[in-house]
Amino acid sequence: MSELVPKPVPVPSAVALPYWEGLQRGEFCVQRCAACGTLRHYPRLLCRECFSDAVDWQAISGEGHIHSYTVAHYAYHPGFAAELPYTLVTIELTVGLRALGRWLGAEVPQIGAPVRMVLVPGEPYPTLSFAPA
Amino acid sequence: MSIADKACVTGIGETAYVRGSPKSALELQMAAARRAAEDAGISPHDIDGVIPIGVVSGIAEDFIDNFGITDLRFSALIPHGGASPTMALQSATALVAAGICNHVLIAFGRNVSAAASKAGARIHQMPQFHYVTEFEYPLGNCAPAQIYAPMAMRHMQLYGTTVEHFGEVAVACREHALLNDNAIMKKPITLEDHRNSRLIAEPFRLLDCSLESDGGAAVIVSAAERAKDLRHRRVFISGVAVGHPDSPAAITQRPDMTSLGLGKAAPRAFRMAGVTPADIQVAEIYDCFTYAVIRQLEDMGFCAKGEGGPFVADGRLRLGGALPTNTHGGLLSQAHIWGLNHIVELVRQLRGHGGRAQVPGAELGLVTGYGDLGDGAIAIMRRE
Ligand SMILES: [Zn+2]
Repeated sequence: MSELVPKPVPVPSAVALPYWEGLQRGEFCVQRCAACGTLRHYPRLLCRECFSDAVDWQAISGEGHIHSYTVAHYAYHPGFAAELPYTLVTIELTVGLRALGRWLGAEVPQIGAPVRMVLVPGEPYPTLSFAPA
Repeated sequence: MSIADKACVTGIGETAYVRGSPKSALELQMAAARRAAEDAGISPHDIDGVIPIGVVSGIAEDFIDNFGITDLRFSALIPHGGASPTMALQSATALVAAGICNHVLIAFGRNVSAAASKAGARIHQMPQFHYVTEFEYPLGNCAPAQIYAPMAMRHMQLYGTTVEHFGEVAVACREHALLNDNAIMKKPITLEDHRNSRLIAEPFRLLDCSLESDGGAAVIVSAAERAKDLRHRRVFISGVAVGHPDSPAAITQRPDMTSLGLGKAAPRAFRMAGVTPADIQVAEIYDCFTYAVIRQLEDMGFCAKGEGGPFVADGRLRLGGALPTNTHGGLLSQAHIWGLNHIVELVRQLRGHGGRAQVPGAELGLVTGYGDLGDGAIAIMRRE
């Protein structure tokens, strides 16, 4: 019968470690350029506006709206088989960045609809998720 | 200096395309390379440049060793997935135009259809997917079908692209595969079959997705002057260009999720060739998913952005339509050989060797490549 295969676990890169540690504290943290203030995500080495590598991390609200989505009906990793079908939403965050998360809404996502962030408890990291605002 | 018409594709080679080949990727790559040299009418000894495609099979040393090449003057790897073969045409064209090489081999082999190495696992070994692997894979965004699906979903919502439009691409490729003895898919499909195929990652259904297949393909690019003395009528590379999308390693973060690298490359290639989309008689368009064909047609200027769906309707892409496309069956129905099979097919068409799928009188055509998360490449070719 169904054999329990664990889902892939995030392997934090050095540059993104504060993001993952933030999730464990219940925060969505993004890089803020310490030189010019530009926010960036996914985490990377340099600010593409001023090329500084100096970074402060800033918690954001996780509010935004739906940019697009997909509903997965096939498990490309056996760890997700028990969750099918599941919905992934691409979110345009109000701070001007994007995030991918799991959709918690009962209805099919509507592009443009406002959302709020929910961090669903998980080990070793919570799952970045979104629900209707 | 323009590199337009300085290079010709002089040799093409393919192995049988199958699911479950007993041969290794390197064996398949070598077999195709040997056939391409033979087709050109050169000895493998004469190859003086090599661009092995991907990093899953051979490297330059393998070709030197196995072919006894004594004076290899150039080698490079191009790490952009399915865009790599057409990107390699650009490198090869520049190399022969500059006089660095005479005959550049571009060769690919793969053996991936064994269950242990499906795309959902394979891409996470590749550095260009590192954002996906770290931030999206743990959420369940594992494989290209899921990763590309939001682009297609947004295109449908913004522009009204429909399931039937996707189906048109699938049906055209399948019709053409049925004319090709070296195509894996042998059964006709209808728009209804497409609509009824099971959902994989909405909006993609099974028949929107390309195949997992094994095989090898290769081409030889030669200096135009050298090509005069070789076996076949010359097929010139008249325009060739490469482009990368913004946020190339994360579609999630791409400002316009429906944009691709091809949108930057295509105007350069058409300008170089001195032609327009209206002049193109046959097209071999990278079809990892049906949607990708529709979007690339827009980026190349065959229609305005958002009009790709209606553009492909009513059989326009089928033989006998206004723009016969993927006359070999494509990645959707012939085999997934990273689009090197598309280059081979374009050359075959322009030589007039297209068999039952020949586009009558085809003199000018194009091929595109699409790699990883939207890297693009295009080559426009014309026959002598
Ligand atoms: Zn900065």
